[in-house]
Amino acid sequence: MIISVASGKGGTGKTLVATSLALSLKERDNVQLLDCDVEEPNDHVFMKPTITRSEAVSIPVPSVDEEKCTHCGKCGEVCAYNAIAVTKQKVLIFPELCHGCGACSYLCPEKAISEAANEIGVIEIGYADGVDFGHGKLDIGQAMAPPIIRQVKEHASHEGTVIIDISPGTSCPVVEAIKGSDFCLLVTEPTPFGLNDLVLAVETVRQLDIPCGIVLNRAGVGDEKTEEYCREGNLPILLTIPLDTEIASFYSRGIPLVEGLPQWKSSFLELFDKIKEIVNERSSDTER
Amino acid sequence: MKEVVILSGKGGTGKTSIVGSFAALAQSKVLADCDVDAADLHLLLSPSIKQENEFWSGQVAFIDEEKCTQCGLCQDICRFDAIDDFKVDPISCEGCGFCSHICPVEAITMKESLSGHWFISDTKYGHLVHARLGIAQENSGKLVALVRQHAKEIAERDGLDYIISDGPPGIGCPVISSLSGANLALLVTEPTLSGIHDLERVLDVCHHFGIPALVCVNKYDLNEDNTRQIEDYCLNLGVEVAARVPFDNVVTEALVQGLPVVEYSQGEVTQEIESLWQTLTEALNG
Repeated sequence: MIISVASGKGGTGKTLVATSLALSLKERDNVQLLDCDVEEPNDHVFMKPTITRSEAVSIPVPSVDEEKCTHCGKCGEVCAYNAIAVTKQKVLIFPELCHGCGACSYLCPEKAISEAANEIGVIEIGYADGVDFGHGKLDIGQAMAPPIIRQVKEHASHEGTVIIDISPGTSCPVVEAIKGSDFCLLVTEPTPFGLNDLVLAVETVRQLDIPCGIVLNRAGVGDEKTEEYCREGNLPILLTIPLDTEIASFYSRGIPLVEGLPQWKSSFLELFDKIKEIVNERSSDTER
Repeated sequence: MKEVVILSGKGGTGKTSIVGSFAALAQSKVLADCDVDAADLHLLLSPSIKQENEFWSGQVAFIDEEKCTQCGLCQDICRFDAIDDFKVDPISCEGCGFCSHICPVEAITMKESLSGHWFISDTKYGHLVHARLGIAQENSGKLVALVRQHAKEIAERDGLDYIISDGPPGIGCPVISSLSGANLALLVTEPTLSGIHDLERVLDVCHHFGIPALVCVNKYDLNEDNTRQIEDYCLNLGVEVAARVPFDNVVTEALVQGLPVVEYSQGEVTQEIESLWQTLTEALNG
């Protein structure tokens, strides 16, 4: 089963939930934690994994053989991302705009374009305290997170439980990371910002047709409207974590909640049981 | 005219609360919300929308079933695994158009997609340019560029001194689009190990693009050891820590009331943000 942990708004507690869920569950099941927030991955700060393997992520970008090139302009014409500009003397390539679709090299009538790897980030795979671990890191100055997310997800285990930590927001990196999950946990806080972004996140997972449930973090901080929204929209609140200075203190020091306060383990196991129930119900519904 | 963009790397460190306060403090400015996929600044500024525009961007492939001979070539060449069973998954399609060029029976066309909306609004603090990226849409970087371009036009038209941009979290496409060509970046962080880790990365991005940066440690008293670590780190890099804002629930109380915190409380948080804005204007005009 793949469970993704997303939020819309940043800083609501995705990393806290993903790491504590993984660490609680490891006693019961094979668990893999994949951090797909490749712009700002944080799970490793808490899990302190031993990295056993790392691999570069690259996009195939065009490289032009000037001897064969007739400057016909076809490559510039077919590139949807303005990554190629053809002048009378030269073909200019902007690798940071290239999505690596391969159209230019395939369609070049002179077969003058080959592809060269342009590195945009790295994947690191390892283990931490009984949990299989993986994450991706986008290189500084690079724009495109989705290819790295795709490559992290290629390492997803086919057995046990895979927990995916997602970046904030609702755009392409979030969709790329959530896609294919059996369930999406949405972590929010009871403030107007938390609610506004939760609504967007719920729309996103519904569009992807993935069942979701809510973790309400920092309960007690703002107002009642987030809970009202969940009630009215039939969104189950599966776990509530109060606003608490002790919890915040462990978090600030990079200590997972269930390590600092082990009594929380049972709450995370209950959370997992509720998720499993929803996923099982849904799959028996679709079978019928 | 000077442009400052507020970034953080990590989400939820307090960017929008601080920008909302700058809106109330700065005199001659236009505001831009560059966090287009989870925009929140409007919740503090109660804008009335004066102009609403569609954002058409990117394309999605469409296969005409009547013409398609199911040869499978498009599925083979698509590198985004967006075509399955001779149907295009619009969410996976990155709009490259490769399939439309190579389809032997010309059964594939590219269709423009409505990717979001952008707005010019009036607020009691001045104009706000903001946007809403469609759910699960791409091209957030282009929409950010559009928001900034219109904020700039307003600033030029009205002879305003400042563009204040609320940036997105992360370090990728929309962040780069928010940052490029700005005069200054204010990086809001928090004294947690995650906050520090993410600050380091976004600071590297600022250096990479040659944008000067200042740092604000928000909720600094949640872990003063970590705050000192941030200050030492910045000192070593020659980056100024321009403010240390204490944790205070008045920030959330103000947010629940839909107000910038400087209009809600006269406490230490407000004083610190006022002095931060002063430091920023000096850095921008220095």
